[in-house]
Amino acid sequence: MTFTRPKFRHPDLPPNALGYTRRDYEGALSTLCAGCGHDSISNAIIQACYELPVEPHRVVKMSGIGCSSKTPAYFLGKSHGFNSVHGRMPAIATGANMANRDLLYLGVSGDGDTASIGLGQFTHVVRRNLNMVYIVMNNGCYGLTKGQDSATADRGSTSKKGTPNPFESIDLCELALQIGAGFVARGFSGDKSQLVPLLKAAMSCRGFSLVDVISPCVTFNNTSASTKSYQYVRDHAEATGTVDLVPPRQEIVTDYQDGATQEVTLHDGSVIFLHKEEGSRSITDRRAAIDALESHRAENRILTGILYCMDDGGDTHEMIKTTLQPLNSILQEDLCPGNAALQQLMEGYR
Amino acid sequence: MEKIASINDCVIRFANVNGSGSASANNLFAKAVFRLGVPVSPKNIFPSNIQGLPTWYEVRVSEKGYMGRRGGADMVVAINSQTLRQDYDELVPGGYFLYDSTRTLPEEYNRTDITVIGIPLTDLCNTKIENPRLRQLLKNIVYVGALASLLDMGLEVFTDSLKRQFKKKPQLAEPNIQALEIGFAYAREHHQDACGLSIQSRTCNDGKIMMDGNNALALGALYAGATVAGWYPITPSTSVIEAFDSFTKRFRLEPESGLRKAAIIQAEDELAAVGMVIGAAWNGARAFTATSGPGLSLMNEFLGLAYFAEIPVLLVDVQRVGPSTGMPTRTQQSDILTAAYASHGDTRHVLLFPAGPRECFEMMADGFDLAERLQSPVIIMSDLDLGMNDWISEPFSWDDARRYDRGKVLSAADLEGLKEWGRYLDVDGDGIGYRTYPGTHPSKGAYFTRGSSHNEYAAYTEVAPVYERGMNRLLIKWETARRLVPPPEEKISDPACRIGAIFFGTSSPAAFEALDILKAEGITVNSLRLRSFPFQPQVMEFINRHDRVFIIEQNRDGQVRKLLLAENEMPAVKLVPVLHFDGHPITAGFISQQIRQALQARNSSI
Repeated sequence: MTFTRPKFRHPDLPPNALGYTRRDYEGALSTLCAGCGHDSISNAIIQACYELPVEPHRVVKMSGIGCSSKTPAYFLGKSHGFNSVHGRMPAIATGANMANRDLLYLGVSGDGDTASIGLGQFTHVVRRNLNMVYIVMNNGCYGLTKGQDSATADRGSTSKKGTPNPFESIDLCELALQIGAGFVARGFSGDKSQLVPLLKAAMSCRGFSLVDVISPCVTFNNTSASTKSYQYVRDHAEATGTVDLVPPRQEIVTDYQDGATQEVTLHDGSVIFLHKEEGSRSITDRRAAIDALESHRAENRILTGILYCMDDGGDTHEMIKTTLQPLNSILQEDLCPGNAALQQLMEGYR
Repeated sequence: MEKIASINDCVIRFANVNGSGSASANNLFAKAVFRLGVPVSPKNIFPSNIQGLPTWYEVRVSEKGYMGRRGGADMVVAINSQTLRQDYDELVPGGYFLYDSTRTLPEEYNRTDITVIGIPLTDLCNTKIENPRLRQLLKNIVYVGALASLLDMGLEVFTDSLKRQFKKKPQLAEPNIQALEIGFAYAREHHQDACGLSIQSRTCNDGKIMMDGNNALALGALYAGATVAGWYPITPSTSVIEAFDSFTKRFRLEPESGLRKAAIIQAEDELAAVGMVIGAAWNGARAFTATSGPGLSLMNEFLGLAYFAEIPVLLVDVQRVGPSTGMPTRTQQSDILTAAYASHGDTRHVLLFPAGPRECFEMMADGFDLAERLQSPVIIMSDLDLGMNDWISEPFSWDDARRYDRGKVLSAADLEGLKEWGRYLDVDGDGIGYRTYPGTHPSKGAYFTRGSSHNEYAAYTEVAPVYERGMNRLLIKWETARRLVPPPEEKISDPACRIGAIFFGTSSPAAFEALDILKAEGITVNSLRLRSFPFQPQVMEFINRHDRVFIIEQNRDGQVRKLLLAENEMPAVKLVPVLHFDGHPITAGFISQQIRQALQARNSSI
């Protein structure tokens, strides 16, 4: 695309609680196809960061390779970004998080990047419950190499290539639930009103927060026989409920007084309010979450919304007992034992 | 028969069964020689196995201080029935064969050119050691006691070592000391003058230490301020991280909370291990990983990213025998080319070649400075021989005035004062830009790191001249690296001499010894020990001043020779390969013979 976006913004754009306007969270112009679901997710990320709010420079954007992994250039232009290699973003994010536990790590990946070449790294970063938000822009196909099926393409789903996918699909949410993710949600790029609060809740949770967002590929996988098309997802999606996230120190006002509202208080004092259909399950029950995914799948329904939230599991730092101080800020004096200690050590080798 | 007779100059080979507790007994023996002040170099020749397969421990004693492997054995302590015949047959004429005489040797063991020393180890243990559970383990200590008598070492140095080893559990020292005494008394009574080998107290080791290279590297990482290690277990590098883990538990725990000022993560594979290092280093922590050949192969993709995106990486490669799985518990120097040019596209990496524990310690500290100064991977090329065997070394020291060189990193105040900044702008002319850590400044210094082609401002580009400019700048940085890496160590015995030898790492002790052997025969050879890649001008100057230069290395293909030819213009025939690659450490005998032969062949052809 060759057009440029005007730099002018209305001078009266409202600032958020930190004094930033929405513009401060924008990035460069997208080069993805017009109508790509990924651009909607980028916009939802911008909106969530603006609303939460977070300071842009305290966010680190991470990605692998693919259409989805290009998007960190299109949001949060004042944040550091790292577009790594294919399927390896979790390792980079893990190292970065080890170096400085005080930043917000926002990983963006695709279904090829996560469920195929990066499946190993994905499962292990989940196991370690690394404190990060991991957004999968899930379109069931490889866009940049022109439309091959990915490992999340449903069996029988047919992309523009015309051949039904003969293989079983990987459900990333179910996998993440099995191996210890602290927060699991599924969204749809076409449902911004649901996606923004999902992202805000994910960013507020400590531990590994997976947000698997079905994001139709308008060029290669938006056919009538695809289960990742706009039409199919709209027809088959079913939400666990509507979500509000109330940040800490904000007065909690809710209209929902009935028994169908579940509150989950996060470590930073934020509260997630989930307003559910009557009789639905608890979102702090892992097994129930897996059951719900399976039963919806059996009925060809796509369950969206927060599937699971448990933010007291302890992240990687807690598991391996690292100092609360960011490791990258510890000075030489506190790291190097000095020559006297070395000479004492030498005695042990004599 | 003429018995081998020597003072402080012998090789003793212990033949054991893996997992039978022999390692600590054999180690006790080597340490005793060290503490008697006599130079000693033990080499563990072990199988890729936890229990049951044959393992050997070769101890070379050399008052002259030759620490390379000698080859051959003057005495075999043959405890492994699986290899009894082989150990018997391989013993040099005039040598000594110590075995467990509880069962007599079969008739066909009828050599007349060796001295057989029978010690009924099993019998002695069964009759004299009360606790049946200790009998098997202490059998090993009994033969050490016998050696103390046979080699005139006395018991004191052994009992002192045991007391020191079991300082916190003196009740464990007692049965060990008893076992020592049993063996000692038996040998003195039955084999009083059987052995012509003798080890006598000297002062050669005053002030020195005995340590393996992997521990030295870990200690270097502790002193260099490493805080993050991502790793995947692989022989023979595993103990680098294990030692770092224990050093940080000793020196980096916060007293109140017990929390550690280090994060060590066992990754799912070597790809993730080096990825974690890259992520952490990018974010301002000193981070490293240790691996061996197969891991290095897996890390190639990420090393290319670190080279192109310009991120410091400290990688330790403890080399073992390749290709593929090769021989995981044998040594080689065969990852040189793959490390130097790791990853696709035009890449090149800084290599350091330590030749002993002290250099491991120092190169680890220097390596972090170099990696951060150059914003690029630095690979320390150790090997199994250096990493897993104990070496006598000068003690380490740390200059308390030394400051870590964290390289070109901008603070928030720096960013405030800057009018223009581009992550990859070469403002100093050394090919190195200024980087920022995430979270430094609210509105300045953010950039997008990528492995795709980028311009000076870190933005994606497919513009040909911009890409070329970046690649050419990396060459300027390579020249900066050439100025910063540790220089080679040259020994010019005779300025008029036209024969030279180049070697590096663990080939060095054997090579120096070989040059002494040749010198005694009237053949002078000048030498240059490489310590790093890129090669400095001194290396070519050395090659230019000689007619023939022997390149001594432990691989089949002459990898450093190839690297020298790839990086410099010269006639290839000038560099003569001396290659040893059977998995055992190279010996002085092998090197001197190869050089002698080559020189004779040339003389006769003239």
